[in-house]
Amino acid sequence: MTTTTATVGAPAASRQSLLLLILKMRTFIALIAVFTFFAFAAPNFLSTANFVIMSKHVALNAFLAIGMTFVIITGGIDLSVGSIVGLCGMVAGWLILNGVDLGIGYTLYFNIFEIIAITLLVGVLVGAVNGTLITRLNVAPFIATLGTLYIARGLALLSSDGSTFPNLNGNPEYGSNGFYVLGAGSFLGIPFTIWILIAVGCGAAYLAQRTPLGRHIYAVGGNERAAALSGVKVKRVKMFVYMFSGFCAAIVGLIISSQLVASHPATGETFELNAIAAAVLGGTSMSGGRGRIAGTIVGAFVIGILSDGLVMMGVSSFWQTVIKGLVIIAAVVVDQAQQRLQARVALQQQAAIGR
Amino acid sequence: MSPKSHPIGLSVRGASKVYPGTRALDKVDFDVRLGAVNVLVGENGAGKSTLMKVIAGVEKLTEGTILLDGEPVVLSDTRDAARHGIGIVFQELNLFPNMTVAENIFIAREKTRLGVDIDGADHAEATRALMRRLEHDIAPDALVGELRIGEQQIVEIAKALAQDARILIMDEPTSALSASEVEILFRVIADLKRQGVGIVYISHRLEELIRIGDYITVLRDGRITGAQAMDGVDVGWIVRNMIGSASKDFAKAQAHDFGPEIFRAEDICLPSRTGALSVDHVSLSLRAGEIIGIYGLMGAGRSEFFECIMAQHPHSTGTFHVEGRPLDERDVSGRIARGIALIPEDRKAEGLIQIMAIRENMSLSSLKSFARGFHLDLRRERDGVMDFVRRLTIKIASPENPVSSLSGGNQQKVVIGKALMTRPKILLMDEPSRGVDVGAKAEIFRTMRRLAAEGLGILFVTSDLEEVMSLSDRIVVMSNGRITGTFSGEDAREEDIVAASAVGHAPAHAPAHAPDSATEEAYP
Repeated sequence: MTTTTATVGAPAASRQSLLLLILKMRTFIALIAVFTFFAFAAPNFLSTANFVIMSKHVALNAFLAIGMTFVIITGGIDLSVGSIVGLCGMVAGWLILNGVDLGIGYTLYFNIFEIIAITLLVGVLVGAVNGTLITRLNVAPFIATLGTLYIARGLALLSSDGSTFPNLNGNPEYGSNGFYVLGAGSFLGIPFTIWILIAVGCGAAYLAQRTPLGRHIYAVGGNERAAALSGVKVKRVKMFVYMFSGFCAAIVGLIISSQLVASHPATGETFELNAIAAAVLGGTSMSGGRGRIAGTIVGAFVIGILSDGLVMMGVSSFWQTVIKGLVIIAAVVVDQAQQRLQARVALQQQAAIGR
Repeated sequence: MSPKSHPIGLSVRGASKVYPGTRALDKVDFDVRLGAVNVLVGENGAGKSTLMKVIAGVEKLTEGTILLDGEPVVLSDTRDAARHGIGIVFQELNLFPNMTVAENIFIAREKTRLGVDIDGADHAEATRALMRRLEHDIAPDALVGELRIGEQQIVEIAKALAQDARILIMDEPTSALSASEVEILFRVIADLKRQGVGIVYISHRLEELIRIGDYITVLRDGRITGAQAMDGVDVGWIVRNMIGSASKDFAKAQAHDFGPEIFRAEDICLPSRTGALSVDHVSLSLRAGEIIGIYGLMGAGRSEFFECIMAQHPHSTGTFHVEGRPLDERDVSGRIARGIALIPEDRKAEGLIQIMAIRENMSLSSLKSFARGFHLDLRRERDGVMDFVRRLTIKIASPENPVSSLSGGNQQKVVIGKALMTRPKILLMDEPSRGVDVGAKAEIFRTMRRLAAEGLGILFVTSDLEEVMSLSDRIVVMSNGRITGTFSGEDAREEDIVAASAVGHAPAHAPAHAPDSATEEAYP
């Protein structure tokens, strides 16, 4: 192949770089394709109301996928995010309805901001448990987070004996009213959920690209041993990514229970699989070291629009599942092709300047 | 021992093997005589292992032919080679630690009933027979991972014997064996010779070679520099042919005075898995501007000593001092901050992050100096990287390309750049010239000279005698974890260095009832 490019010369090289550009933008192109298709095929797809609903659906998966992306970049996996969503919803519901019984005939109630802070902290703590199991006790990430998946789900079910915490309207006396605003409120016509997603997404992208910590996350996933010998504090980096993933899951738990003004312990089941799918669709490599936040968010949008659009077209949900699977596999196949082409282009550039 | 009594079984004619950037073999002619031990010797990187891989079917020749009993053959893979009766004991152990001894010996050649059911009893019996031959009492159903390294090497040898090879290649088979185990192996080799097996024997232990070899071939930089029957060959002859009279392009020493002591190691000990010490009470002192070369055979504890300095072994004992103050930081980044930088031996596994860009690799250890708080200044980072790319004359198309697109020499310069960007005072270089082409080698040596003249203290590990002779202000020789000799750069003699590096590897004159440990053997 080297000889053909050498003889054909410039046109072949430029065709190659165009192909590479197309492959790099593939998730984005897929998003446009999916969008255009449903704009014609699904009735009411282009209405504003539909966009608001769709973006809310997408946002939930996108939060989890952002946290998941960092974890996968370090070469790990976090299966517990769905359960953390459920647990954190129950924590918020419990604090609003029951407060904390101090056992001295006195019950402590928190205001809504304190409740949100405590719930986020619970998410981070579960992440810290994951991180500790993985870094200190050398449990494989798959197993450690599988364990916390069951534990967190079990605790969520225990908290209410499996029933729902209804009517989370709070009590104005304690300042715990107005929880619904988080899920239902909007600013400049855009739901709060989306604003939060923008903030978290930009923060995560900045972290990945412009901070030493972000660079260390990629280095740990690319070659843990080399990173450690270069002075990267590998354990600290891993602790961070699992805690951040727990934080993202806690946000989702809060938003869902706020949207429903109720929390149910089974909330978030199989969410972890959608988050992994979005990250992979966005170009994150399961073997670690590679992936982008922007890609992940676009990946979450492709999956979200695909499933919502198919619903609107009246396609059977069984077929939806099949189609989702096909899209994910296709994405990874194309990703492999891009890797090969990219390596070839870099080698050619290097050969061109000689050794 | 006339050539007539040993017919040529396999010969290689005009063999060349070119890798991107290096020529590992250059028009090599090599004969394997049956019923004899054909010794192959040369420095690291001389092409011995490449030549053996070609004969074993692992690598294919760029040019040249392989003749088996006078007929040209093409060996497309190891299976092909095995069918032609060629077996190999690799230098690195190729065993499956979670499988039993018998399973390992018959891996991919399982004896089966009706093609599916593995005949375990048959395997166990055959394994017991092999072990009897090797005079070892290793149970066929023992897990390989639970054996000592020496025993694992015996299993590896048994695996090759089980193939009934006509030509058996042994690449450093004794590197992990104790003196008495070496004796057993030599008896097995003598036995194989009587059966007419042609043995190719590679080792760095020159006296061992002289003792058991019938024919010797010396390789240097991919070329044959000497080939003859073993009669009349001595250590001096081998060293002369290994190193040659024409010196490589080494940078001239820039005369400069040494500064004060900047680094001191006192009584460093590191226990190894077998209970012995892989670093055994090592003490040394380094002055600013000084280059100390640490010479020794593989497994002498040189890399482990460097790893101790870099805080990789929390259970090591002893103290380090940098500029008079004790080095008690417990992690790598703390030690880097104190001015120590390591260039690891294995570039791929420990030096570089292959999928990351050249820029990201080079700045990885020094990111703090490009960050204000947590904000990374990408332009300053790029400028800093490009500055070192120019200073080290790294040839790159773009700093954004993955580091895996570079040749070995340029990759090594990236690793050196990464170390230098931390502004070190002490540079630890573990085999800095391994897998690097001649031109880049010379540049790396020039860089080392320049850095020393600028006042850095450099400790470097090498297995290349010529390199250690011409680059070092002081030479420290290690063997079996201990320092066995210290020479000043001017009056060091090659013979003395080689002799010091073999201390503890008794050249196997030992009686068979000797204790089972090489260490006890060597220090009576």
